[in-house]
Amino acid sequence: MPHDHSDHPHALLPPEPALRVKALETILTRKGLIDPAALDEIIDTYQNKIGPQNGARVVARAWSDPAFKAALLADADPVLADLGYYGRQGEHMVVVENTPQQHNMVVCTLCSCYPWPLLGIPPGWYKSDAYRARAVREPRKVLADFGVMLPAESAVRVWDSTAEVRYLVLPMRPARTEDMDEAALAALVSRDSMIGTALAHAPQKKSGASG
Amino acid sequence: MSRLHDMGGRFGDGAVVPDAPDAPVFDTDWHARALAVTLACGSLGKWNIDVSRHARERLSPKDYTRFSYYEKWISALADLLVENGVLTREDLMGQGENELHALATHVLATKALKAEAVAGVLAKGGPANRDSDIAARFAVGDAVVTRHPGGSALVNGGHTRLPGYAVGARGRVMLYHGAHVLPDSSAHGLGEAPEPLYAVAFKASELWSHPEHPDDEVILDLWQSYLLPDQEC
Repeated sequence: MPHDHSDHPHALLPPEPALRVKALETILTRKGLIDPAALDEIIDTYQNKIGPQNGARVVARAWSDPAFKAALLADADPVLADLGYYGRQGEHMVVVENTPQQHNMVVCTLCSCYPWPLLGIPPGWYKSDAYRARAVREPRKVLADFGVMLPAESAVRVWDSTAEVRYLVLPMRPARTEDMDEAALAALVSRDSMIGTALAHAPQKKSGASG
Repeated sequence: MSRLHDMGGRFGDGAVVPDAPDAPVFDTDWHARALAVTLACGSLGKWNIDVSRHARERLSPKDYTRFSYYEKWISALADLLVENGVLTREDLMGQGENELHALATHVLATKALKAEAVAGVLAKGGPANRDSDIAARFAVGDAVVTRHPGGSALVNGGHTRLPGYAVGARGRVMLYHGAHVLPDSSAHGLGEAPEPLYAVAFKASELWSHPEHPDDEVILDLWQSYLLPDQEC
């Protein structure tokens, strides 16, 4: 039964969204069905502990360690589990590598599936109708909204996350980063570069360097 | 048979607006509370992720359009709580509270997620892979075509993960993920019905009348029952 009703129970709650959330939280707390301290803990986890810094560490390591990269691309789950990057919305990971010929981009057209243990909670634009509707049909125009222009020889693969498999893009390592250690490399890896709507940052030019 | 959440390929939504590099994880406090309440209520054990997704999808088209992202979450959650007998309509109206009710312990209160359990629950996740008696019908490289018409084969108007834009499209199996819970079944209390899941690559020119580039592809994760062998390849 698809449960379509014209009288959805949610309409009984206050219409203003902040009040709607507050009302439901109050009712559930009073009945002992949720613990406000647990809510604080969930929020703290995704605000302060789990975020794109996790994914950036993985990318920097893959850039630095060919054996790690090969294992990550072949079967990401055990490699990521070793690093402690497992959990809700990241149970089945696939890492896809950008090359000069192939750019990868990730979307969830049906909802907002996203690799939480590696990137945290998705940004608003990832959950927006515009991104969900357009990424699969016109990825280059979407990339242009992010200020990214791909060379003509680059094909685009858009991964629509329709199951519980989550995808992480391994961006290309920027030029002139040969001397950088993993921590410095990780600082070049933006969240969006791991979704595929950005490239990794170029390193800051040192003053006096010939470029 | 369509629902508004199935929006891949739709025209008219305008530009994607990137966030600022220092944008907060949650735009406002109530977004964070909506996410946390929804996750915490999952621990009550009355539904699974597929039921939860379907609850958002079957918001009326009018609500789906006018609600912001976390409004969809919190509204679908309220609907699930009532439909599953956790709360009553009177509770939502603030009328379920007399002294006796307030003092009585809810039968599900023992399942409430405690702060000290949060890290463990989030770290444990909810893997969707399962053993299955259904043998993999396709190998990597096989030519396949998606089922036409689309929509749920199990429940009229029910949950499915085959987007409308990929219905009846020809593609090629790229990865085999093993057997996973079938959302079309799981979202409706019909059991997990695990079956083989594949990543299938479709040429952009197979999906769109004006593809941007001849070599572009779209990859979707699709269950075996969404797929048929493509005889013409």
